[in-house]
Amino acid sequence: MTPDERVIFERRRRGRNIAILLVLIALCALFYFVGMARLLRGG
Amino acid sequence: MSDTAMEPGQGGSAPLPASYDMSEVGDWIALLKPRVMSLVVFSGLVGLLVAPGAGAMQPVLAVTAILCIAVASGAAGAINMWYDRDIDAVMRRTARRPIPAGRIAPGAALAFGVWLSVASVTMMWIATNVAAAVVLALSIAFYVFVYTMWLKRRTPQNIVIGGAAGAFPPVIGWAAVTGDVTLVPIILFAIVFVWTPPHFWSLALWAHDDYERAGVPMLPVTAGARETRRQIVIYSVVLAPLSLMPWIVGFAGLPYAIVAAVLGAAFLWFAVGVLRDNQDEAGRSLTRDAPARACFRFSLYYLFILFAALAIDRLAFSA
Repeated sequence: MTPDERVIFERRRRGRNIAILLVLIALCALFYFVGMARLLRGG
Repeated sequence: MSDTAMEPGQGGSAPLPASYDMSEVGDWIALLKPRVMSLVVFSGLVGLLVAPGAGAMQPVLAVTAILCIAVASGAAGAINMWYDRDIDAVMRRTARRPIPAGRIAPGAALAFGVWLSVASVTMMWIATNVAAAVVLALSIAFYVFVYTMWLKRRTPQNIVIGGAAGAFPPVIGWAAVTGDVTLVPIILFAIVFVWTPPHFWSLALWAHDDYERAGVPMLPVTAGARETRRQIVIYSVVLAPLSLMPWIVGFAGLPYAIVAAVLGAAFLWFAVGVLRDNQDEAGRSLTRDAPARACFRFSLYYLFILFAALAIDRLAFSA
């Protein structure tokens, strides 16, 4: 792997990690709100 | 892509793993077939909006149900791309997809699709009810096992039977609200089911060479362009009265019926245009399939406008 390829690899890996973090946060929020909605509905 | 050696001048940074992943976030999104997803989400949303009791549904649960339909559609698309990576590689239209282009490993794409499938069905069950989750799971299984693995490479009727997979979303949206499946969602299912063959065969007419090269027995490859044109007209003739069924059974009002009738006539007009295209003796187009391209484009608008009309009719006129 050349230095340029390494830079590209690390940039892409950082992008994927940030995307996974955002998805996990969104999932936590979704579970929270779905749970609250079901509680309020009495389900 | 198994180079682990340090390049000169890289200082003390850690060595790379044995197989490093050069995919971008956009490649993973591409695995979900976002363009297909948009129509699936829209028809699922309409199924949900027109279901009795939709107004009383918690908005968070309604949004979650639509999200689950979107994710399930993407998951099925990812598994489809994993299975079809060999034929995708030889077709011009699909050769740049992430797997044939080598940006995502096949196994990673399969795992991605399976995990998303499980997550979307589970979440649908938690957020709504078991009926919606079962139909969602059925739609994924139908697309993956019946269409992709069984029919697609074996029969020219692949898109006819396999089209059922794309017809499930309005049923799922309906079931998410009501917890059951009655006549109206079955009519919506039937409309998408009958719409799929003329929509897809219009595309297949001009992508004929691609399918032939990949050995996929699409109707234009096995039965020829002339027979495909005839079949497009036949399905369009069936679709026109079928789209009036929501009005006939008393579910939708006259505004919907008028829109459906006009759209049905227009679809038939485009289909006849495909039939009458300037052709050679084998039925191959001499106009670069201009009528088939127009029919394909119109078919997208057709379903969008028809379902939008149904939703507006129910929400604005039948409330």
